[in-house]
Amino acid sequence: MSTVYMAAGDIPTPHIEYGRLAPVLIVLGAACVGVLVEALAPRAQRYGLQVLVSVVGLVAAFAWTIALGIGDQPHHVAAMGAVGVDGPTLFIQGTILVLALMSMLLIAERTNGDSPFTAQASTVPGSPEERESLVAGLVQTEIYPLVLFAVGGMLIFPAANDLLTMFVALEVMSLPLYLLCGLARRRRLLSQEAAVKYFLLGAFSSAFFLYGTALLYGFAGSVRLSDIAAAISKQGGTEPLLLAGVALLSVGLLFKMGAAPFQAWKPDVYQGAPTALTALMASCTLVAAVGGVLRVFYVGLETLRWDWRPMMWAVAILTMLVGAIVAITQTDVKRMLAYSSIAHGGFLLTGVIATNKAGLSSTLFYLAAYGFTTVGAFAVITMVRDAGGEAGHLSRWAGLGKRQPLVAGTFAFFLLAFAGIPLTSGFTGKFAVFQAAMAGGAMPLVIVGVVSSAIAAFFYVRVIVLMFFSEPLADGPSVAFSPTTAAAVAVGAFVTLVLGVIPGPALHLAQSAANQLFVR
Amino acid sequence: MTTMNAVLAAGGPELHPQAAEGVQSVAWLLIALPLAGAAILLLSGRRTDKWGHLLGTAMSLGAFVVGVLAFFQMLGQHADGRSRLVHLFPFISAGSLKVDMNLLVDPLSISFVLLITGVGSLIHIYSIGYMSHDPDRRRFFAYLNLFVAAMLLLVLADNYVGLYIGWEGVGLASYLLIGFWQHKPSAATAAKKAFIVNRVGDFGLSVAIMVMFATFGSLSYQDVFGQASQASQGTITAIGLLLLLGACGKSAQLPLQSWLLDAMEGPTPVSALIHAATMVTAGVYLIVRSHAIYELSPDARLLVTIVGVATLLAGAIIGCAKDDIKKALAGSTMSQIGYMVLAAGLGRPGYVFAIAHLIAHGFFKAGMFLGAGSVMHAMNDDVNMRKFGGLRKVMPITFATFGLGYLAIIGFPGLSGWWTKDGIIDAAFEKGGTSGQILGWLALIGAGITAYYMSRLMFMTFFGEPRWDEDVHPHESPKVMTVPLILLAIGSVAGGAFLILGDRFAKFLAPVVGEPEASHRLITPYTAIVFALMVVGVGLAYVQYLRRPVPRTAPAGNPAVTFARKDLYGDALNESLLMRPGQWLTRLTVFFDNRGVDGVVNGLAAFIGGTSGRVRRVQTGFVRSYALSMFVGAALVVGALFLVRI
Repeated sequence: MSTVYMAAGDIPTPHIEYGRLAPVLIVLGAACVGVLVEALAPRAQRYGLQVLVSVVGLVAAFAWTIALGIGDQPHHVAAMGAVGVDGPTLFIQGTILVLALMSMLLIAERTNGDSPFTAQASTVPGSPEERESLVAGLVQTEIYPLVLFAVGGMLIFPAANDLLTMFVALEVMSLPLYLLCGLARRRRLLSQEAAVKYFLLGAFSSAFFLYGTALLYGFAGSVRLSDIAAAISKQGGTEPLLLAGVALLSVGLLFKMGAAPFQAWKPDVYQGAPTALTALMASCTLVAAVGGVLRVFYVGLETLRWDWRPMMWAVAILTMLVGAIVAITQTDVKRMLAYSSIAHGGFLLTGVIATNKAGLSSTLFYLAAYGFTTVGAFAVITMVRDAGGEAGHLSRWAGLGKRQPLVAGTFAFFLLAFAGIPLTSGFTGKFAVFQAAMAGGAMPLVIVGVVSSAIAAFFYVRVIVLMFFSEPLADGPSVAFSPTTAAAVAVGAFVTLVLGVIPGPALHLAQSAANQLFVR
Repeated sequence: MTTMNAVLAAGGPELHPQAAEGVQSVAWLLIALPLAGAAILLLSGRRTDKWGHLLGTAMSLGAFVVGVLAFFQMLGQHADGRSRLVHLFPFISAGSLKVDMNLLVDPLSISFVLLITGVGSLIHIYSIGYMSHDPDRRRFFAYLNLFVAAMLLLVLADNYVGLYIGWEGVGLASYLLIGFWQHKPSAATAAKKAFIVNRVGDFGLSVAIMVMFATFGSLSYQDVFGQASQASQGTITAIGLLLLLGACGKSAQLPLQSWLLDAMEGPTPVSALIHAATMVTAGVYLIVRSHAIYELSPDARLLVTIVGVATLLAGAIIGCAKDDIKKALAGSTMSQIGYMVLAAGLGRPGYVFAIAHLIAHGFFKAGMFLGAGSVMHAMNDDVNMRKFGGLRKVMPITFATFGLGYLAIIGFPGLSGWWTKDGIIDAAFEKGGTSGQILGWLALIGAGITAYYMSRLMFMTFFGEPRWDEDVHPHESPKVMTVPLILLAIGSVAGGAFLILGDRFAKFLAPVVGEPEASHRLITPYTAIVFALMVVGVGLAYVQYLRRPVPRTAPAGNPAVTFARKDLYGDALNESLLMRPGQWLTRLTVFFDNRGVDGVVNGLAAFIGGTSGRVRRVQTGFVRSYALSMFVGAALVVGALFLVRI
């Protein structure tokens, strides 16, 4: 039968390069194993098995990614051109996998047997059932396969070479996250509200993305990025179909990054979600989203850059300023870091807009540097606890430096890295993207970037002042120590320091990853 | 080879040192040993209190041994090949600025190495006894080691950057040691003063280095001196004057002399090592090392001699009026360094005498300072000479060693000072012309004053009737203190003759500073005049301080005495010329900062804070308004893209 179809040429058998796709397949496979564990393993063993499966899956995928990065050159597209396996993608995927592994340390954290996630998501907050499930010591171990599915989506998203694959990846990545956002153990109503908001707005943005894809298909007759680029060169970029498509596609992508004016979801979601998951979203999701933005704008729309640059300039400037300015009046640590993450999205956009090799490599470096610092910072937040869970309000952090100098000192170090102080990775990253932007002629962007860095430094330093120069509260928060969290903090601090003091090797890696640009 | 021969034929220095071998190739140990000592003692804390001083002394002695071995290896080498480079590591590579950290072992640097490690080790040993009751003795030895390491880097570096690091290092060590007894506000103030005054000089040195880099594109001695003749006269003079400013700060020469007298607040071994024998002579080293620059600029050289003569007189006059034994010696130090600077400014015949006098001075002045420390030890740390007197009977060793140092410094024929100081005076007259006559006669007069104030010090301390406080019971110091005194006294007696007889030192230094035109004459017409003035000075002091009883409280003097007691109004001058205007400037800038800058900054901060507060309200928490904002944003993005088209 198949020979008949082949002869007719209707549906060719797709040729899949399993080797090149292995990292994604391993993670998704591990997620499936996780589902089976959930179905078959006895309740008592699920936690251990799930953590094992997740960690093994992530480590194996990371190892394979490295092998691909070393051995598989020059890079090619895979799966009939649907996925590009190239230097930047492998760098991004590797970064996502390591950051996911670090976040996994937070997700799997258990202090006195308490998980940061709810015991049973289906119970109504405050109900007797909830109490029963807590007393019974239930654990919602489905979070592990969900996280793995999300990570799998994140791995495909920056690799997707056509818009439909990218959309599927977007949904694979987002849907588990919507769910996971609502699974906090404490302050469950806030968490569930965050989940619903994220879901509604995410669905809204997906519609934009899809609509943009449809319009671009109408323009180019293909959803393949390389075909769209070819169509733009051939027809010139005058078609309203094209411009509207680019605009709507950008909205979908910028929403995932949390760029202004599509940033509204970020503070609410970051605050409400379990902090371990916030760490995952603030690092891995951001890396994946920026990876997707890079691919779309470098591969599909590169020839149209004179048209989208003014718009992206405006978005970048607005993003940096909104993030930095609004963060000043925040009183919740997680919300403050959410706005900080918005501002950092703006800094990343300055690197994206450069559309040259330096822009690409500096953005890649920035992503890695920022990711490690972010996971570390959120890890510290999970450690500082009041009776009712994490001490979110900034006033509770007063004088922490006097009672817990190590924890407060590490957090201060992360904040300095966010502010971009030399000898931290934040400085190197900012320096690299600003340099690339300047070389690309985006001087005003750099000026705004530096100004908003200065504004941002205020609220970072304010927290440091609060921690070290205020009298400790009598009933101040305590520090809950767990080895996994401490490991995440240590790795974050170490990488932040190393990338700040000897950034050479990492910069070189990013440069060689960006050297071949994206494959088409 | 021809160029090298040409250079040698011209009597100039050899500019192409070869790579070091043997012991010299590990010359870095000279710096590394004391540096390691300092690091261990500072980092290990109280655990090393018991044996810290021994470790510090051992490190200094170890450096001395390496120095002696390197010295003997050098003696075995041919005179043309005595400049050796030790390649360590590339230090700075930024744009066109490339600095390699290399050590230059040559006759000039090895002379300093032997002085620093030799005298330094003796003072380490002496300090074991002197500081035995101090709870912070370990810290003291750590700083001493730090000083030795920095000073060795200063003299061994083959480039101005290395020299500058050492220069700042000794400044730091000096600061730490002057203020060693932090509990005394006077010590803390003196340390600060020394540091600040030195900043002025360091500023000159750093600008000189920048000018050199701008002119020659390199900072190694080899490149700078090799290309010096190609630079313009103005540039060379500017470099020379800036280097002189640096030298004035470190060597307490006019007009940056004011810190040295206050620096006597530090423990006495520090005064002996840093503020008499070694660090304060760094300025002389700088000038002699940079002689290739000075030889091209007569103007700069003239100013060097003027500074030297002015300081030698000023120091001598101050020394006449001080009742504090250490301050009198400090004035004398200023004065003697003035002689060295004068000699360094005189050019080729002077370099040898500058360094020879420096070494001789290192011995006799260190010996006298340590002797003064021994006296203070006996007198319950009193420094007022009016309460001394008659100590020669109770402290025979201290008296004998101090006496030999005294004879050396006043230029008693045959002792160290006579050989080297007469050489300087002779060289000044040799310069010829009116300037030579003036410099020579002023230096002669200085020698007379030296004899007077040193005799005064000697008579007030060791001779006459005891004027001790009632609870004071003087005694000789322990062996650990007297043995270094004896060794230094030997140097005071024999050092000068050893160096000068047969032009030994001149020949040794010739590869670096060039061969003097003529061999040194031992007896000149001025020898007799110097001797006569010395006798007059001693006689005057004898009449005033030995024949008549010395009052226990200082009598009110005439204006001239007051002038000298107040350090020639140096502090008053600094205060009215620099400190007050500086304070006004500070007040003005503070005013401007409060009213102008702060106003703008606070206004801006308030504006941003207000904006933040207003923008924040948009974040209502309602998902419907978020969706609306997204929709508006999307419309704007679409609009923006179409707008670009138009």
